[in-house]
Amino acid sequence: MSTSNPSPNDRRQHYLNAAYGLRSWLLTVDHKRIALLYLGSITFFFFIGGSFAVMIRMNLLTPDGSFLQAETYNKFFTMHGLVMIFFFLIPSIPAVLGNFLIPMMVGAKDLAFPRLNLLSWYLYIIGGVMALSAAALGGVDTGWTFYTPYSSTYSNGNVVIMGVGAFVAGFSSILTGLNFIVTIHKMRCPGLTWFRLPLFVWAMYATSVIQILGTPVIAITLLLLAAERIFHVGIFDPRIGGDPVLFQHFFWFYSHPAVYIMILPAMGVISELVATFSRKRIFGYNLVAFSSVAIAMLSFLVWGHHLFVSGQSIYAGLVFSVLSFMVAIPSAIKVFNWTATFYRGSISYDTPMMYCFGFIGLFTMGGVTGLLLASLAVDVHLHDTYFVIAHFHYIMVGGAVMGYLGGMHFWWPKITGRMYPEIWARFAAVIIFVGFNLTFFPQFMLGYLGMPRRYHAYPAEFQVLNVMSTAGASILGLGYLIPMIYFIWSMRYGKPAPPNPWGATGLEWRTPSPPPTENFEEIPVVTEEAYDFEALARRDAAALRNEGELQNG
Amino acid sequence: MADHAAAAHAHTPGLRHHFVDMDQQRESARLGMWLFLLTEIMFFGGLFTGYAIYRFSYPEAWRLASHHLDVALGAINTGVLILSSLTMALAVRSAATGKKQLLILFLIATLVFGLVFLGIKAKEYHDKFEHHLIPGTTFEAEGPWAHQEMLFYCFYFAMTGMHALHMIIGMVGLLILIRMSMNNKFSPEYHPHIELFGLYWHFVDIVWIFLFPLLYLIGRHAA
Ligand SMILES: [Cu+2]
Repeated sequence: MSTSNPSPNDRRQHYLNAAYGLRSWLLTVDHKRIALLYLGSITFFFFIGGSFAVMIRMNLLTPDGSFLQAETYNKFFTMHGLVMIFFFLIPSIPAVLGNFLIPMMVGAKDLAFPRLNLLSWYLYIIGGVMALSAAALGGVDTGWTFYTPYSSTYSNGNVVIMGVGAFVAGFSSILTGLNFIVTIHKMRCPGLTWFRLPLFVWAMYATSVIQILGTPVIAITLLLLAAERIFHVGIFDPRIGGDPVLFQHFFWFYSHPAVYIMILPAMGVISELVATFSRKRIFGYNLVAFSSVAIAMLSFLVWGHHLFVSGQSIYAGLVFSVLSFMVAIPSAIKVFNWTATFYRGSISYDTPMMYCFGFIGLFTMGGVTGLLLASLAVDVHLHDTYFVIAHFHYIMVGGAVMGYLGGMHFWWPKITGRMYPEIWARFAAVIIFVGFNLTFFPQFMLGYLGMPRRYHAYPAEFQVLNVMSTAGASILGLGYLIPMIYFIWSMRYGKPAPPNPWGATGLEWRTPSPPPTENFEEIPVVTEEAYDFEALARRDAAALRNEGELQNG
Repeated sequence: MADHAAAAHAHTPGLRHHFVDMDQQRESARLGMWLFLLTEIMFFGGLFTGYAIYRFSYPEAWRLASHHLDVALGAINTGVLILSSLTMALAVRSAATGKKQLLILFLIATLVFGLVFLGIKAKEYHDKFEHHLIPGTTFEAEGPWAHQEMLFYCFYFAMTGMHALHMIIGMVGLLILIRMSMNNKFSPEYHPHIELFGLYWHFVDIVWIFLFPLLYLIGRHAA
């Protein structure tokens, strides 16, 4: 923000220097600035959630769990889950990268409802403040799943404040999804048909559908839970004939699809990275696009796989098991199409691509272990063990966070107008990959051997694997700090970024880095398919010729 | 190109900076409202699902409990809400034909019907309180289904309460619209607020159209 360090960017008007001061940020309706507001706040929550994880892993270093009291341990794993899911993962790619990119990718000046977009951020912050105050006032010990009747009747924690916090943050998620759907439907620039859209937009569209259909159900569920706690009577209360398992049905009707709110956007990012760094159109574009929609639809039909041991009818379990297996089909379509795109592509190994490889490997592991858990008999053995923990961390951290980091590196030059230091970034990507696997692979083994989740102590024979996991978590934590440091460093000292540093094809790369407030000097017109690298080369050559003529003439 | 767009914006009051033209803005707003109503359906859908599951489990308790509801008051309220939907539809029409006085009149009529509905609802809640039908320790019911009748009343208050909350939000919306109409904010070409609010109001009305038979009527004669 100072003028002491002049660079070509500083002379041009763009969204970052369009206005200064706190007010210009807190009252902005520019989707790019709102994306940065989210970036700051979700990073904050990521480190809050991460510090709870550090304490969990510290405690599990020794079998007797001497670091934390059992009650404190319960509160910490609850807060870790709640903060990471509702305040980091769900808003991560949609609210930061989606907010920043969707209007640019569809050639629009902003999202359809800019003020609603700002309201979404404020709702998110209000929800976040409520969650943190619930933690500060004594915490919540129900687990992030809030299962009744413990949460409604017996728990001594601040369930109501926490639940209402998640409720409010849920509205932020609903309104963001609504904004994206309307933008993608109505704001596409001339020539940009549905099948010319970048696959990231398709993925975000599918995500938004889940957000607007699923989140209202968890909203009413949390309200009913809060009412039951306040009035000491309610519809999940077994004393009056209510069914606590109904809460589990409602909860997972949202929370299973919520897994896809976290992973689908990452899949969208990966599609962009695979195409750009293979310099090839995604193999089977239509299939990859439709597989996002298929995942969104199937995601609403599989919630019962969380209730295999909750007294659900065996026939229901059978149906949910089969349906859960079916989600593997569109997921595998994506993985196979990405790898088919690599074939004969000219692949470069820049940092985003390293995260992309990490994603494909780790997501595949997470997905395949998900199939084990979707099998009825195997799940009886593995349910509520560390196998489940490892499985969903492979999806959410190995998948969603890798995708998020890959996307952040990919679009960082566009967002800030600066390049990050490539050597450090590759180093961090390797550290994160190693740390991640060392943290979570032993947990597959622990779970298979029978170590249950959510216990603050464990039998001594599990110690070696737990020590490995804690060591991995330390490496992983360090790995996350490195990008944090060099990203901040690069905002001031990074090399100025050209408009299209990666030679990528999307509309967002046709505008300067960082973009002007209105995104494009002129509303773009699209005349080619997505990922048409030959058309890009032709345009670049023409631009070079023009420049040459201008200089000669 | 850019100059053209700027000129179009200058000549079209109400066109926001990021839309290309009025059609795009109108269609976006309309789609946004429908999507919002979709989220509302999912929101109420949770309550309706819970209701259906328990009704299926405890039909006798549901039948007994619904006998304590006042069908006459419920029916009057249904009529009042349908009338309010009519005045709302007429308000949208008056806005489209540019009849400012009628528009204000119909908006006020809608507001009044809404108030009448909430007044009657408040009387019903009060009666339930007098008859000890509020779920909790003071709840009084006899027979083998006493507990499950309490469950019915949990749904009664959750569903009608959520509906009433939507009514109250709607009344705030109506007050804002009346004020905007008086300040000449609308024209036959530009009155999206009225039109979209109409969708919301009709939706809240339709929720009641489902609540009335589910809570007051079904099972009443199946003795
Ligand atoms: Cu699931």
